[in-house]
Amino acid sequence: MLAAIGVTTIEDLFDAVPSSHRFPKLDLPAPLSEMEVTAELSAMAEANDHAGDFAIFRGAGAYHHFIPSALGHIVSRGEFLTAYTPYQPEISQGTLQAIFEYQSMMCSLTGMDAANASHYDGATSLAEAVTVALEAGRGKRKKIILSPAINPQYRAVVRTYHQGRELKIAGDSGRADISDLVEMLDDQTAMLAVQYPNYFGQIDDLNKLAEKVHAAGALLVLVVNPLALGLLKSPGELGADIVVGEGQPLGISLSFGGPYLGFFACRTEYVRKIAGRIVGETLDQDGRRAFVMTLRPREQDIRRDKASSNICTNQGLMSLTAAIYLSLMGKHGMRKVAELCYHKAHYAAHQIDLLLGFRVDTSKPFFHEFVVKCPRPVAELNALLVEKGILGGIDLGVDYPHLKDHMLIAVTEMNSKAEIDALVDALKETIQ
Amino acid sequence: MSEPLIYDIGSPGRQGATLPVCDVPITPIPSELVRANLDLPEVSELQVVRHFTRLSSLNYSIDKGFYPLGSCTMKYNPKVNEDMARLAGFAQLHPLVDNEGAQGALALMYQLQQWLAEISGFKAVSLAPAAGAQGEFAGILMIRKYHLDRGDTKRTKILIPNSAHGTNPATVTMAGFVAVELPADANGDVDLKALREACDDTVAGMMITVPNTLGLFESHILEVVNAVHDCGGLMYMDGANMNALMGVVKPGELGFDVMHYNLHKTFSTPHGGGGPGSGPVGVGEKLVPFLPGPVVTISEEATGDEEAPLYAMTMPPKSIGRLKAFYGNFGMHVRAFTYIAINGDQGIKDITRHAVLNANYIRVKLQDTYKIPYNRACGHEFVLEGHFEGVENIHALDISKRLMDYGFHPPTNYFPLIVPEALMIEPTESEDKATLDGFIDTMKKIAAEAHENPDLLRSAPHTAPVSRLDEVRAAKQLVLCCRPIPEQGG
Repeated sequence: MLAAIGVTTIEDLFDAVPSSHRFPKLDLPAPLSEMEVTAELSAMAEANDHAGDFAIFRGAGAYHHFIPSALGHIVSRGEFLTAYTPYQPEISQGTLQAIFEYQSMMCSLTGMDAANASHYDGATSLAEAVTVALEAGRGKRKKIILSPAINPQYRAVVRTYHQGRELKIAGDSGRADISDLVEMLDDQTAMLAVQYPNYFGQIDDLNKLAEKVHAAGALLVLVVNPLALGLLKSPGELGADIVVGEGQPLGISLSFGGPYLGFFACRTEYVRKIAGRIVGETLDQDGRRAFVMTLRPREQDIRRDKASSNICTNQGLMSLTAAIYLSLMGKHGMRKVAELCYHKAHYAAHQIDLLLGFRVDTSKPFFHEFVVKCPRPVAELNALLVEKGILGGIDLGVDYPHLKDHMLIAVTEMNSKAEIDALVDALKETIQ
Repeated sequence: MSEPLIYDIGSPGRQGATLPVCDVPITPIPSELVRANLDLPEVSELQVVRHFTRLSSLNYSIDKGFYPLGSCTMKYNPKVNEDMARLAGFAQLHPLVDNEGAQGALALMYQLQQWLAEISGFKAVSLAPAAGAQGEFAGILMIRKYHLDRGDTKRTKILIPNSAHGTNPATVTMAGFVAVELPADANGDVDLKALREACDDTVAGMMITVPNTLGLFESHILEVVNAVHDCGGLMYMDGANMNALMGVVKPGELGFDVMHYNLHKTFSTPHGGGGPGSGPVGVGEKLVPFLPGPVVTISEEATGDEEAPLYAMTMPPKSIGRLKAFYGNFGMHVRAFTYIAINGDQGIKDITRHAVLNANYIRVKLQDTYKIPYNRACGHEFVLEGHFEGVENIHALDISKRLMDYGFHPPTNYFPLIVPEALMIEPTESEDKATLDGFIDTMKKIAAEAHENPDLLRSAPHTAPVSRLDEVRAAKQLVLCCRPIPEQGG
């Protein structure tokens, strides 16, 4: 090969690199065999407190759910795993049809007209929704209202994304409830966003919200847990304009926070403003139904500095995962798993509320997460729970100073009655 | 035969997964909270498995064949990477476990930060960005915050060569800057005269891809870096093409201030039909405090020889902030870690050497058949022109579609924009000489066909699952969802 190229060594191919900096020392370890690497990583993995060894009552944006066996087998297929973005549709119909089905199922879940092929995660989907709302306000509306009951990390990501732009963020600095947020609406407001169920697991009454937001000329954005939508009224029924959220509960493993799935769905009028890949149906030259990435001129590789977002990838494999999960669970399984979460969470809440010194906030209906006022600092309780193989809820006081000594507990279908009872017993012991 | 939609398979009442009976007392659910209808498929497990298996067979993939897709680095994705990412201790680890309960994951991330910094000569690395585009965005936000932190508010421009990938200008706009394009000179390098004229105290920095999107290493890279630094700007390197640089040159040592890595290109994490990616950023001294967070740091040094240090998640003091929830795409970090550990020092160097050797071999073998602008020693990829003198109406796209008939994935089409009918070819180090020769012979055969029977190209592909698609129809008669629009409130 070297002779064909006309050089004597491979090193000759790098003459254009300044000789002063060429071929530096590379201080990396010596190569390991597959056997050695497997042993090393297995040891690292086992050093973690993971769901294989612990009962998990922690959620706050990442949830421990059952993943059907068939899902992993399908997603691991090299034909899906090692394919590129489907820019060549003739040899990518598998990926394209799977994304189209994913989009369709997300529309069904959210009650929206269209969904894109996904963003990085729930937080970045919300940040992209802000961009769409600002564009829908034709750049004249420069204020957005965020509920303080939206995941704090999501609100932080919105601030990171929009730090270079002129944008006023209102609503989330204090303890505003839905009616306080409505008071903040004005003719400068591009959107109002609330989480459903909210960060504390509560189901706020959103029935009249859309009307009020629309009367002010703004968009209603809902941040939702897609698994809860197996049971709860759809965002479409509630009048939302854009629906975003974290798709991790749909069959995606916890994986220490990523890769996850940011879904994004909206009403027809905003489709041409949304960022990211979108797959549409069409015909091939022989009249056969086929699928292709569409509305491409919105995207960064064509529109360059006029594009509203720089996003290139979608979470392809994760949207495939969600599509397979929603297919396996289907119409009935999604309802059942959501109901299991609801009943188990309510059982746990009731049992904990009976404990001396622990009070569950029951001021609003909740789905599968709830707030517990504790008689001791949450960090102390969690340290005691870890000893019993239980991962307790997060300490809400870290992000919400007025919720010092409050724990956010998540319960899913994975928590058996025995596990819940063990949690209750362990909490009881901490006050004895 | 096309595969029906999942919604069109199955029958009422079917469910593809089993769930346990509820073992706690039932709590009545208020009816006003419950949705009217849920329109999802009703299919058995076997139907789901067959449906998606049949769909998978319609895809081309690295596991199936050669993927010379320029700028995408479609190398083989070792299978052991997948097993490591699926270890229970990683895959079933909740992201909000306290630092003490995640020491294994944190140790892995810390080590990967160190390795990536060593490979590219940077001071520190953050694994937070979820993809290359997010890494770019983080880089430009850091440059912005660096200038603002010094009280310098007049820097509004970012310089970008016109050969740049579209993400670069889009990133610049997103971060609130104005993108200023620079022309290329006759050699395919940045035009130094135009660069020096553009450099003034309104320039925040420059984004540049090395090697550039023509696959060429800039002949005057140190002059470019110095020109921008001299006017007070910072240098951003798009690290999409790191596969051409490992063990050859360290961007940090060339004077770059910040760079993103594509773990899904250079470090073998699978593309998954479009993602997930992972785009860590490396920085020089000046930008360390501005890194996106959290990053992994050592909170307590190891005491004895046998002891491990204690790791913690930390937010850098002047951080641009969080880019996503939690800590980047951890599953991709595990795969990249595995890849670097198996390759080791020598393997990492060999990756670049063989990738560059393979690209130059194809370039030289095709240079008499296809026009290759800027034909000199290339990096890991090169660009040729996909049209022929004396043959009307044969485009790069036709050559691409015809390649499918011969079992190859096409090269990248129509990029970079500065080459007419561009076909960008990147073989990667994964391929052996026999595969490269097979591709070269096919490209020559297609060139002959273009002269003898051009309709064969224009009507290609002939053997793919579908023929060319009506993309105008897709955009005009927008069908993005196969279900009737549900009832909406509001």
